[in-house]
Order: sequence, then structure tokens, then C-alpha cells
Amino acid sequence: SISSFRNLLKCRFLGCTSFGAEFRRFSLDRHKPGKFEDFYKLVVHTHHISNSDVTIGYADVHGDLLPINNDDNFCKAVSSANPLLRVFIQKREEAERGSLGAGSLCRRRRALGALRDEGPRRRAHLDIGLPRDFRPVSSIIDVDLVPETHRRVRLHRHGCEKPLGFYIRDGASVRVTPHGLEKVPGIFISRMVPGGLAESTGLLAVNDEVLEVNGIEVAGKTLDQVTDMMIANSHNLIVTVKPANQRNNVVRGGRALGSSGPPSDGTAGFVGPPAPRVLQNFHPDEAESDEDNDVVIEGTLEPRLLSSLRADPRHSLALPPGGVEEHGPAVTL
Amino acid sequence: MGKLRRRGARELGAWECLPPAALPSLQTVEHGFPNQPSALAFDPELRIMAIGTRSGAVKIYGAPGVEFTGLHRDAATVTQMHFLTGQGRLLSLLDDSSLHLWEIVHHNGCAHLEEALSFQLPSRPGFDGASAPLSLTRVTVVLLVAAGDIAALGTEGSSVFFLDVTTLTLLEGQTLAPGEVLRSVPDDYRCGKALGPVESLQGHLRDPTKILIGYSRGLLVIWNQASQCVDHIFLGNQQLESLCWGRDSSTVVSSHSDGSYAVWSVDAGSSPTLQPTVATTPYGPFPCKAINKILWRNCESGGHFIIFSGGMPRASYGDRHCVSVLRAETLVTLDFTSRIIDFFTVHSTRPEDEFDDPQALAVLLEEELVVLDLQTPGWPAVPAPYLAPLHSSAITCSAHVASVPAKLWARIVSAGEQQSPQPVSSALSWPITGGRNLAQEPSQRGLLLTGHEDGTVRFWDASGVALRPLYKLSTAGLFQTDCEHADSLAQAAEDDWPPFRKVGCFDPYSDDPRLGVQKVALCKYTAQMVVAGTAGQVLVLELSDVPVEQAVSVAIIDLLQDREGFTWKGHERLSPRTGPLPWPAGFQPRVLVQCLPPAAVTAVTLHTEWSLVAFGTSHGFGLFDYQRKSPVLARCTLHPNDSLAMEGPLSRVKSLKKSLRQSFRRIRKSRVSGKKRAANASSKLQEANAQLAEQACPHDVEMTPVQRRIEPRSADDSLSGVVRCLYFADTFLRDGAHHGPTMWAGTNSGSVFAYALEVPAAAVGGEKRPEQAVEAVLGKEVQLMHRAPVVAIAVLDGRGRPLPEPYEASRDLAQAPDMQGGHAVLIASEEQFKVFTLPKVSAKTKFKLTAHEGCRVRKVALATFASVACEDYAETCLACLTNLGDVHVFSVPGLRPQVHYSCIRKEDISGIASCVFTRHGQGFYLISPSEFERFSLSARNITEPLCSLDINWPRDATQASYRIRESPKLSQANGTPSILLAPQSLDGSPDPAHSKGPDTPEPPEAALSPMSIDSATSADTTLDTTGDVTVEDVKDFLGSSEESEKNLRNLAEDEAHACAILIK
Repeated sequence: SISSFRNLLKCRFLGCTSFGAEFRRFSLDRHKPGKFEDFYKLVVHTHHISNSDVTIGYADVHGDLLPINNDDNFCKAVSSANPLLRVFIQKREEAERGSLGAGSLCRRRRALGALRDEGPRRRAHLDIGLPRDFRPVSSIIDVDLVPETHRRVRLHRHGCEKPLGFYIRDGASVRVTPHGLEKVPGIFISRMVPGGLAESTGLLAVNDEVLEVNGIEVAGKTLDQVTDMMIANSHNLIVTVKPANQRNNVVRGGRALGSSGPPSDGTAGFVGPPAPRVLQNFHPDEAESDEDNDVVIEGTLEPRLLSSLRADPRHSLALPPGGVEEHGPAVTL
Repeated sequence: MGKLRRRGARELGAWECLPPAALPSLQTVEHGFPNQPSALAFDPELRIMAIGTRSGAVKIYGAPGVEFTGLHRDAATVTQMHFLTGQGRLLSLLDDSSLHLWEIVHHNGCAHLEEALSFQLPSRPGFDGASAPLSLTRVTVVLLVAAGDIAALGTEGSSVFFLDVTTLTLLEGQTLAPGEVLRSVPDDYRCGKALGPVESLQGHLRDPTKILIGYSRGLLVIWNQASQCVDHIFLGNQQLESLCWGRDSSTVVSSHSDGSYAVWSVDAGSSPTLQPTVATTPYGPFPCKAINKILWRNCESGGHFIIFSGGMPRASYGDRHCVSVLRAETLVTLDFTSRIIDFFTVHSTRPEDEFDDPQALAVLLEEELVVLDLQTPGWPAVPAPYLAPLHSSAITCSAHVASVPAKLWARIVSAGEQQSPQPVSSALSWPITGGRNLAQEPSQRGLLLTGHEDGTVRFWDASGVALRPLYKLSTAGLFQTDCEHADSLAQAAEDDWPPFRKVGCFDPYSDDPRLGVQKVALCKYTAQMVVAGTAGQVLVLELSDVPVEQAVSVAIIDLLQDREGFTWKGHERLSPRTGPLPWPAGFQPRVLVQCLPPAAVTAVTLHTEWSLVAFGTSHGFGLFDYQRKSPVLARCTLHPNDSLAMEGPLSRVKSLKKSLRQSFRRIRKSRVSGKKRAANASSKLQEANAQLAEQACPHDVEMTPVQRRIEPRSADDSLSGVVRCLYFADTFLRDGAHHGPTMWAGTNSGSVFAYALEVPAAAVGGEKRPEQAVEAVLGKEVQLMHRAPVVAIAVLDGRGRPLPEPYEASRDLAQAPDMQGGHAVLIASEEQFKVFTLPKVSAKTKFKLTAHEGCRVRKVALATFASVACEDYAETCLACLTNLGDVHVFSVPGLRPQVHYSCIRKEDISGIASCVFTRHGQGFYLISPSEFERFSLSARNITEPLCSLDINWPRDATQASYRIRESPKLSQANGTPSILLAPQSLDGSPDPAHSKGPDTPEPPEAALSPMSIDSATSADTTLDTTGDVTVEDVKDFLGSSEESEKNLRNLAEDEAHACAILIK
């Protein structure tokens, strides 16, 4: 059976001064959404804006504004509607200013970031979303810097729902030194929490040896120190590990690793030259602008007498329901 | 060498010169009473006293300020110590039967204690060629034969060996075997039984050839060393405990295990004496405990003193720790609160004198030292100028006040004198007066305040090497406690016999745990202070020179502010006494504020210029105007999901604390037992049993590895609402043009609240502000994204300096802050330091300590470091103690790391929790419940003992070559240091011939004297001075017992490691 579903359309004309936005509501077939081309036409037609070039975005369950520009993400958008799908339509020029992308609904990109991306650009005919149109996910980074036997993983915590979800322990690892093989203490991943971020990325595994945390080597540090370092960096955690399973290493330089053969360097315990301490993809500024902003709420500073203390039991500043804008203009109550 | 280098490194501008590893420890001196004392010695000629401890430390004390510290390499218990009279040398016996010779040597006018030689009895049987196999097990007693160059060693196997003290070599062929003695004993006494261990060896003052030997079985022998024959024999039959020789060689006193003592007369006859002239059981007739030690001292005025320890009736008073002093008909039973270690009398020791004439009796107890004046009727106690029992009640917090104005100092001293009036009649001052203190008179007065479990605050003179008690403030009198009349009842119930007299001040029992002091703050300009306690009580006090009788006004502030859904399951608030109460001269309470719920106060701050006090608990914070006696503000900081905070006095945490304490005790025990190679089997067995009993299941421990969960803090972590710091500042909160009073509060979950205060301005010249209400308005709320607990907040002026204390600027005591330029606020969390601009709060500089180093901030303070090179130059830095026990120094406001030192062992969480920084770059932390270690980060401001001692011992050059180890202040006397464990591979062989290491020449050391700067240029910004172990402190150690077990193993491994590395 075919069930129809309602679809709330919310259209914003940011360039227009006389009216800010208009809203349309229409329904789509959830199971047969059709082609993106058709949808685009429908939208343009519904809003009587066939003459202008627009980008279409939708709000996903996390509150991120994600683009609809091909069949696949259109399909994904429709299937994620619950039950309403909020679709945002913007003029192309507006959209290019960088309002799409992860976290764009709840926080603004840095002005610098917007400028960087705004350079004149020839748009290819094929519509490929800009990097910022995608939600950053946990990934292997610095493949070209880190020895092949190591893996540098950036765990991107999206929202706060998912726990990082792993445990570390003390252990011993064997290393090749000028004096021969030597057993040295090391820190290892001991357990993964099912459903946690670390497990769901598939980039870390039990018994992986932790070598660096956000560019700082853990050699010589105690388990507690490494724990504290990881927690202190948890908003943007970059861990360099030596995977216990060396068969899935990233191959570079055309050398192929036989799926059944030993690692290319021969000895399983060999640790290559110390990894450079540069984190290519780690721009402190960027990371901090995203993650490390302390929330500042300004008070009215109008004198209030103590007599009002009873009347206003909280005597505090309530957070606005939609959350607080970070590092933007302060919210004045 | 080390000291010179340290000074160089700590010179300003030279922070980066040296790697931290090259820096010696910062510790300068220990204050307080040695933990677990085990031996006592006194040199009547030099008038110095030595105390040995169970961790192998030796501490020598003379006149106030004269102190020497040494530590045996093996952390074994010091069982006996003997001074080589007048030589500044000390022979110590450890419980592994090794002997160590210590010397006080002078380098450039300053004296130090150094270990010169050590000796271990060879354990091979028949080493001396004697036909009879001698059992050379354990040395039980040591006697330095009066000539001084020979030591007699009594052993468990009844033999007496003789030793050359200068070389610590055995004098072979002189050994007195039991068989030799038994030859002179009648057969019917011998009856095939052994003599038992040698219990006592006593030399004669006038005739150094005679040695009185007492065997455990009861046989007393006077041995003539010169003629190698037995002079006289007393056939005692009661098990012997101790012996004392009368001054004229005619009497010998022996004490016995059945609580009796006997007086024997030494007649010229050669036949054995069968019976003592007198034998009494002083506390008979019922069975009594042993008299462990007895002294017999005669007096010129006739009669004699008999002083003995123990001997109490077993059934009724067997648990008392008593020393009895008997003279003629007068008997006093001194009743102490802790175990008696040893005692001595200060008396004439010149051989030509006919009488002992004891002046004083010094009793070393487990927890304190008590000295009695024996020349004044009534035998009053003489107050000790040092060795104060800091822990007479457990220390719960501490604070340091630097540069105390002379006037306030005098008032506190006079209040203290009124508190414990000196006995005017006492002719005797402190009898231990050896040595000269070379340290300069401190240029500024430092006051250390310690808050205690029983609700007292003690004021200590921390200006110099000797920590001197000044004044004691008790807050208990303000409250009704449960057990008020218990004492008087107990007193009444006691009989007149034995004539007990309570002596000493060690009293670990608290009437009511709610009285415990949690936070203390003192304003040195107005002599006002605030004391906050465990049951949410905040007491504002003021110093008064006259006693008064007045009522204290009480206010109650509800910090929950109608927050619903929480029930307090903890203790009740204290009920204050109503009506006028008498208050002695000293700090007298003015206002009592009680927080509801009555949780322990976690932060407090005082602004005397504004008459405001702010306080915080685990539920919120409040602001109180103590001039108008009215509340200004109450704010709840609880997170709705935080249920633990409501459950009362954190029972979970408490039990953790307990289990922690146990596991640390276990670690310590195992470490000590590891050292005791020569401990006898039975004690080993006991230890093993005890350990087995303590470990629930040691095998499971091996199986599960220690794991740590990696998870960021969330907003609803428990105890997120705990207020960690409070701060007042006159700064820019509203806008950049108008500054005004502000109050800042930081919580456990990384929230900072900033309030703008409306404080009515004081009239010109007037002390007090007009009677108008103070208003507080929330100006800013900062939530640190990393949500780590905020440990300190400070506002920096336009020049980047911390704001001065209240009254400092207005009274021209400090340089006025720069109120033109932009102010900034420094917020220190457990993970990061951040400087924000004001009035718009935006991050300026930061340092992420945890992300970089993996350590967490425990204590921070802004301290002024004065340059050594340049008289006037000083800069303010942020000193920070981490959970690893390291001290880091950062520039302010740049937050650049300057230098870091390792200071406290990271396992010593109570030490880390007790750390207090002073404003001139020194600090204190507890190394045991009874001792503060002092350390110095500053090159200029160092307090350490500098003293000299006149020693009449010609040191010839050859002596130096025997010295195998220097013992400067490298170690803590509790035997915990890392440096000291460094084995000096030289002592591999117990044979003294091999222990003659090569000379270790010492480069000349500049004469150094502690200098303190007395500048009031910056605020006293000791930001946090918690003494109690908080949740955060224990958090790192919260793991189950497996973890502590693991730690224990690691420790053992670490030690092994250290040795291996160093030997290599």
C-alpha cells in the first residue's frame, strides 16, 4: 500500500527585504520519492521561483542542514523524515556563503572559514557538494605522514549522544632497538563499548597500541596520564595507534600488501621511525573554534534587591531554549 | 654543589637553563614532630637531643633553629641511639642489627649531619676463632664505654662484643662470652639454664673500666674491662627489664617484668649478692606490667628521684601510658595519651660532681615530646619551642599568611600567652640548648594556620626553621555538642590512686566531627578572620585584646533556594548556644552563618573592606554582609541530575577514603617489610598473615588488568555543583569604563559565575561603610567547555599583576593596581589555565596542561618570585601543583611554562592535598600526619636550618676517608624520598674494611642565609588551601583494591628498577 506523507516546506529568501520567508506544505510518497530532478522542479514550481537558481537543503535528525542535490541524498532525506521533512530553499548565492554544513543550524562557521571558501570558483556542471556540505566523521588522517604500520585516527564526536566508548590499559610491546628486541611498557586499547563511537567507526580495535594523543607521544606516561590527556582532548581526539591487526593498513606509494602476507617491514613488532609530530590535518585554530569555545552568558546588570531573591528562586540566567550561540554575539537577556 | 646549582637555576630569567632532572629536591626543612619515633638520645655535654624514627630518619635538635637531619639508607627502624658525648657523633642501631656512625661536620661554618661509617655484625658462626659456637643473632643493647672509643654490644645470645668506634671494627679477643660469666656463678644458680639475651649494659660514670651487664634471666654482673674479670655478681631471679647505676658506685637499681624494681648494694665482698636491699612493686599488690626503664638520680638536697615507665596494675590501668616520678614521699604518675618511646633526665654528668641533681625530665612519646621541670615544685611542663605536635587533632586544612604586620603579630602572641600562662616560678627554660642558630632573623613574619578536626585553628610562627605555636582558637564553644560533660564525669570517677596527672596535648579524639574546620581565611590588616566547617558553619571572628561576654548573631542561608526533589541525608547542622557567652582575649566570633543543607564548606573568601564573606558548599554559594548581618545572595549550583551531592556527607567518598588509607598503609608496610631482611621469622610470619588478611583475593588481582575508561565529562557528573573557589575583586564587569566590586565563583563542572556588587562607598576617612544594603547582580556566567573543575580565579590588572588584597591599596601598603588598562581574569581549572579579557569575556591566552602533560591541577597560587641577582626585581608567576606531585611555574599573564620540579611522590595523595603555597614561592605539605615539609621554588626566599655546633673532637684527616656518604637534605625524614634510595654501590659488603669508600671531596659552598623579601607589592593570592582529601584528589586512585595491589607491585618494581639503573 502506498502511504502518503506530509511534507512541510519552509522557504527562505534571504536576499529579499520585504518578506523574509514563506512556507509551503505538500506531500510526497515516502517509498517512491522519485528523481531529484523532479523534486527540484516541483519545489521551484510550488514557490513560483522557477527563474532563480536555488539550492535545496534539509534538516536531518541531528539538526544539521544537509544539501539535497542528487538522487541519493534526496532519497536519504525523504527516508529520514520523521514524519515531517523540513526543506530549506536558498538562493544559490546565499547558499554559497556557507550556511550549509554540519552544525550550521546551531553554530555559525567562523568568518575566516567562510572567507577561505568563498573565492571565485568555476562551478562544474556536475553538482558535487562542497566538503563543508558533509558532516565531518571520524577518519584516518595524515596517511602520508604516519608510517604505514601506524594509523592516525581522528574521532569526531557528533553531538553528544554517542559515548567515545573505549577503554585503555597498560601493557608491554616489543620494539627493535640498537640492542635488539626490547620489551617496553605501552598503552593499549583494552575494550570497546558496543555501540560507542570508537566501535562504530571501525578505525580502532582492541589491543591497538596507543602511540600519540593529539600529537603528543605517550611513551613514558602512565595510564592515568594518558587517560587524562585523552579526556582533555575528547572534543577533538586524535589518536595515533599501531593497529594490532596490521593487514588493513593503508597502502601508499603503489606498494600493495598481500592480504595474507606479513606487513611489509617484515617483523610484526617493528616500529618504524618515530612519527613526525606534525599533525597535517589538525589545525589548532580550526579545532578550537569548533570545539573549545567556552559559553559566556551576559547578565543584564540591572540592580536587583535582595528582596527579589526569594521571588526569583533560581536567581540565575536561564538558557534560551534553542541553545546558546557560541562565540557569536552574546545573548542578552 | 647541589645547593649552588639550585640557586643558580632558580634565579629569575634563568628558568630554562637546566633540565628539571638536574635540579635537586626543593625540600628545605621539616616542621613538626617526627612521625613514628622509635629512639631517643641526649648529649649532656653539647646539650643536643636525637630522635630516630621507624623509617630510619635521624633528627638532631638543639637550641631552637638548630636542627640536623639524616636518613639511613635502609629504611629500617632505629632502635637505639647513643651520642659520643661532646663529639657531635652519634651511634645508631637499627633493627637489622646494623650500626651506623653519624657525624656532625662543618662546611664553611655551617654544620651538617653525615653518616660516616656503618657496621654489621658478621653472621658467620665462629668467626672469632672461639671454640664455642656463638649465636650472633641480634644486637640488643649498645653501650659506649666512657672513654668513648669502645662500644660494647650486647646480643641476644648473651655475648658482649667490643667494637672500636673510630673504625667500627670488632675488637677480637675481647668478646665476653656467656661461658666466662657462668664460671663465676654458683652451680645452683646456673642449673643448666642460659642467661638469656643481654638486656642492659651500663657504664660507670667515674670508673670507666666497670661495666654493669644485666641478662634477661636476672643475673647482674659488674665486669671489669681493664682486668677482664668479673668484679661482682648479683643473683637476680626476676626477669630483667632495665638497669641503672647510682652515681656513687654503691647502688644498682634493676627493674623487672613483673612491675617491680630492686635496689642492690654493691659491697666490696667478692661473694655473689643474693638478695637486693629493697624490692618493691610500686603499683602492687595486684599483677602489674613490666617496668621498661628505670632511672635513679640523687640530689644535693637529699633523697633521690626514681623515674620509671610502665609498672601499672595490669587489670585496671594496663592500657595507660605512664611515667612515674617518685621522690621521697611524692609520687606523680604522668599519664600520657600516646605510647612512651624513651625518656632521659637532664642532669649533671661531670664525674667530679657528687650529685646528679636532675633539672628536667624529657619524655619522648609516640606523638609528642614532653619536658618537665624537676627543679620547680609541682614539676610543671616546659613548653617546647619546636617539635610541636601539629596533629594534636588531625589537620583538616591549612593556610599561610605572609608578611604579617608587626602589630597583629604582637596581638596574636599576647593572646596566645594569655591562653597558656607560663609558670612564673619555673626557673628552667628549655633545657636542650646546644648549638647556635646562624640563620638571620627572618625579615618578615609568616603565619601558618592549621584547621583541625576538633574545630580548632592553630596559629604557628612559620617565619623560621622551628615551627612555634602561637595561639589556638577553638570554635567548639559556640556550639552544643553531644559529649560535653563526659570529661568531667570521667574525672570524677577516677580514684586518687595512682595519682594520675594528665600531661601533653596530643588528643586525637574529636567530640563531634561536624566541628571540623574546612576552610580558613585571615585578613592581616583588620585582624578579622573566617573559619568554615564541616556542618556548613561559617564563622566571622575578630581579634580582641580583652575578654568579653557577648552573644553571637546567627543567620541561616538556604543554598538550595527551593530547589525541589532533593533530600539531605547527611548530618544535622550544629545547634549554636544562645545568649551571651564568655570569650577569652583572642579571636572572638561576631557572626555565625549556617548553610542549609549543612554540607561541608568547600570554599570561603573574605573582603574586610566591604565587610563581605562568601562561602560555598557542594550545593551552592552565598554572600553575607557581616556588617549589617544580612544575607546578600544565595545561589544553588546543583545540576538537576546530581543526586549524590544530596546524599549527605558523601558516604561513598568516605569509605573510599578509608579503603585508600588502608591500601596505602599496605603499600607502606610492604615496602618496609621488604627492607627488613634481618627481621626475625615470627614477625615475618605475622606480617604475612596480616597481609593475607588484608587482601581479599590476591589471585584475582593478577588476572584483571587495570583499565581506564575514555569518556568526556558530562554535565551531570556527580558533584558537579561543588563550589571550588570564590574570589572578590574590584574590576570591570559591566563595561570598560566603570570598575566596581565583583564576586566570582567557580564550580566542579567548569562553571564560573561573576556577580557585580553594589557596595555603598565608605565615607571619606571612615572605616565603615554606611548602613545600606549590599546588592549582587549576576553579570556573567562562563561555562568552560572542557567542564573541568575550576580551582582558582584571579583578576589581573592592566599591567598583568594580580589585584592587591583588601586594604592593601587603600592604605598604601601595596602599589595601587592599574585601573586604566584592560583587566583580565585568570581562570585555572584542573585541566587548563585561561586568561580572559574583561569586561567582555573572551579568551586571551591559555595553557592546556592536561592535554599536554597528562597531569591535572591540584593546587595553584600566584606567587612573587624575587630575583637573586637584582634586589628590586620581582615577577609574579603562577605556581601549580599537579596530581603527579610536580610543581610547574608559569608566567602571568602569558601562561608560558617556566620550569617544573618534581616535588611530592604522586602516591602521596594526602601530601598533595595538604599543599599550601606561600606568596613568596615557598610551600608546605604534610609528609606524615605530624610533619610539614617546607619547600622553596624561589631562589631568594629559602628557609632552611643553618647552625653550628662546638664540637671538641679533633678530626684528623684520615677520618674523612671513611666517610662513605653525604647526607644533606636530600630526603624527607619519613623515608619516602626517591633520591635517597640511590644506592651507593660502595656499601656492597658488610665488612667495614670494604666500606671505606673513596673520599668524596666537596666543593666549597658559599655561606648562605635565608633571605625573605618583605614586599607587599602584590596580593596575597594563595588561591586554594584545602587540606582535606577531596573527591578529586582520590579520584585518580578510586580503582578497586586490585589497582592498589597493582600499584604496590609497580612500586616494588620501580624500586628494583631504580637500583638497577643507578648501579649501572
